[in-house]
Amino acid sequence: MSMSKPVTVAAILAIATLSVCSAQTTGYKPPRIAGKPDLNGIWQALSEANWDLEAHVARPAMALRPGPYGPVPAAPVLALGAVGAVPPSLGVVEGGEIPYLPEAVAQKKKNQENWLTLDPEIKCYLPGVPRATYMPYPFEIFQNATSMFIAYEYAGAARDIYLKDPGPAPVDSWMGQSVGHWEGDTLVVDVKGFNDQSWFDRAGNFHSDQLHVVERYTRTSADVISYEATIEDKAVFSRPWKISLPLYRRQEKNVQLMDFKCAEFVEELLYGKWRKKPLGN
Amino acid sequence: MRIQVFVLAVLLGIASGLPGQTPVVNTSLAGKATTSKSFTMPRTLDGHPDLQGTYDLATLTPIDRPAGQGQTMTSEEAKKREAGQQKRVAQGDAKIAGDRTAPPKGGDGSVGAAGNVGGYNYGWLDPGSSYNVVDGQIRTSLIIDPPDGRMPPYTPEAQKRIAAMRSRANSDATESNDPGLDKTPGAYDDPEARPLGEQCLLGFGSTSGPPMLPDYFYNNLHKIVQTGDSVMILTEMVHDVRVVRMNAQHLPSNIRRWLGDSVGHWEGDTLVIDTTNFTSKTRFRGSTENLHVVERFTRTGPKTLLYRFTIEDPATWARPWTGEMAWYATNGLIYEYACHEANYALGDILRGARERDREQGAAKAGK
Repeated sequence: MSMSKPVTVAAILAIATLSVCSAQTTGYKPPRIAGKPDLNGIWQALSEANWDLEAHVARPAMALRPGPYGPVPAAPVLALGAVGAVPPSLGVVEGGEIPYLPEAVAQKKKNQENWLTLDPEIKCYLPGVPRATYMPYPFEIFQNATSMFIAYEYAGAARDIYLKDPGPAPVDSWMGQSVGHWEGDTLVVDVKGFNDQSWFDRAGNFHSDQLHVVERYTRTSADVISYEATIEDKAVFSRPWKISLPLYRRQEKNVQLMDFKCAEFVEELLYGKWRKKPLGN
Repeated sequence: MRIQVFVLAVLLGIASGLPGQTPVVNTSLAGKATTSKSFTMPRTLDGHPDLQGTYDLATLTPIDRPAGQGQTMTSEEAKKREAGQQKRVAQGDAKIAGDRTAPPKGGDGSVGAAGNVGGYNYGWLDPGSSYNVVDGQIRTSLIIDPPDGRMPPYTPEAQKRIAAMRSRANSDATESNDPGLDKTPGAYDDPEARPLGEQCLLGFGSTSGPPMLPDYFYNNLHKIVQTGDSVMILTEMVHDVRVVRMNAQHLPSNIRRWLGDSVGHWEGDTLVIDTTNFTSKTRFRGSTENLHVVERFTRTGPKTLLYRFTIEDPATWARPWTGEMAWYATNGLIYEYACHEANYALGDILRGARERDREQGAAKAGK
């Protein structure tokens, strides 16, 4: 997929990404908690990253089939019409493309072609990192002098950011083990101990259990956090690569994390065939 | 002793074949003082008591007081019971013969998941190793009001409602008091009819609550983080996060939440949390969606909180009732409880029931 992408898209993207990154040098001085920038609040990405991290034009649907004049929505998503279409984006990957190893490109393509059965988001599985950050749901940061904790609305995912390194993760997990420290006014979170089950987006971008993510959270204004994640996985990528995107504070006065226990919503999908009286088509 | 355990297990809705724990050192009761005279209240940056930490709710003290017990027990009696528990754990952790025969088809007929065909062995469990101590008293129940330490009787209306529920599907039953395939028509027909714990929607045994209670089984950790305008409480089981909004109004009554809607305020050095707006599926011991829970957290020592809860639901109980327990801080870390992601059980339970339907259909046709 990424091999065949026109070079021009990558070039445009590089420029676009640079402009996002430059937001960090505004000289903004955030309010503080115990001397550190205050990241508390409810934040959300305003981005197409969850559809596809890489630069892409709009597509008719996540799942496609060949039509007489080009791809059309595959039958299972046809009824969604425009609601099921993929919004376009210049992407959030620095340099434009994810540097897959040759054999991993084939897996990415396979993932994308089998999105309906393979994307863990469809089954309401935990999103992993960094995907949790840019899913189209809010998340809340709880910070004080001694703790840093992130709760995500999607699937009720939660992450304790240990401020003291407890040592290697004892077991692989969906959300990994997060260890945070401050570099100046930037919260740096080192995440390891992942399993190989989560994806990065709805376009089949994936990783192995060797994934290592380093996130950087920097407040650049009262209502914006500049977010970067460096992604390293020797089994899948030829070199570390980076995404960056802004996170915005939700402005509604009454905003709060609501329940999105989607495990309930996918029971018909996952178990409907084993009802005593299946609901049929 | 064995009778005692059986009573406890039944009361708590736990399979009698399952009680046990991970083999940890039995904490001496003397070391678990709930108040410390030389203790200086730690405070957060905004001056409120600092309740933060990770707490282990596992305890041998049951929610309801077993018949024949007083409000407290002596330390000799507690030590004896704790030693008995340790022994059971050691037995449960003993090696089992690899060539043992399979359990009888359909289970051995005893109380327990699917008639005790076998589930967890002791090494997986952590139901507590010592009794809960409040005000220096070794408690025999979490419930302190009514004074008999037992949940008040259900109202006639609630008895009818609960009986009707049990005769149909049993989506609020715990796995272990599931009466089985034949006794609850419909309970295995659809995923929605299964217990919320089996659906990975909530932890069983009111671990996420509120009230947040021990489940006498495993995964009893909770973590508290305070910020200027909220208190976050993570329940280990099903990674449920409660965000208590401080000095805020409740949500409109048409917005219902799995763990209810929690708002908090400080009364002196006590955090008071008021929770309403539960979903109709979140049934705490058979309550309705009008369940109202008031929780009070008070720091009582460097490593202990006092947790008190009052339950109110006039359609279920004629009077409010109250319980309390010490929450003990632990250095343990909370690992990911990814329930739904590996929920092979729910599908297999339904598939098993369909397989049985098929066998029964075939048997009928053959007659």
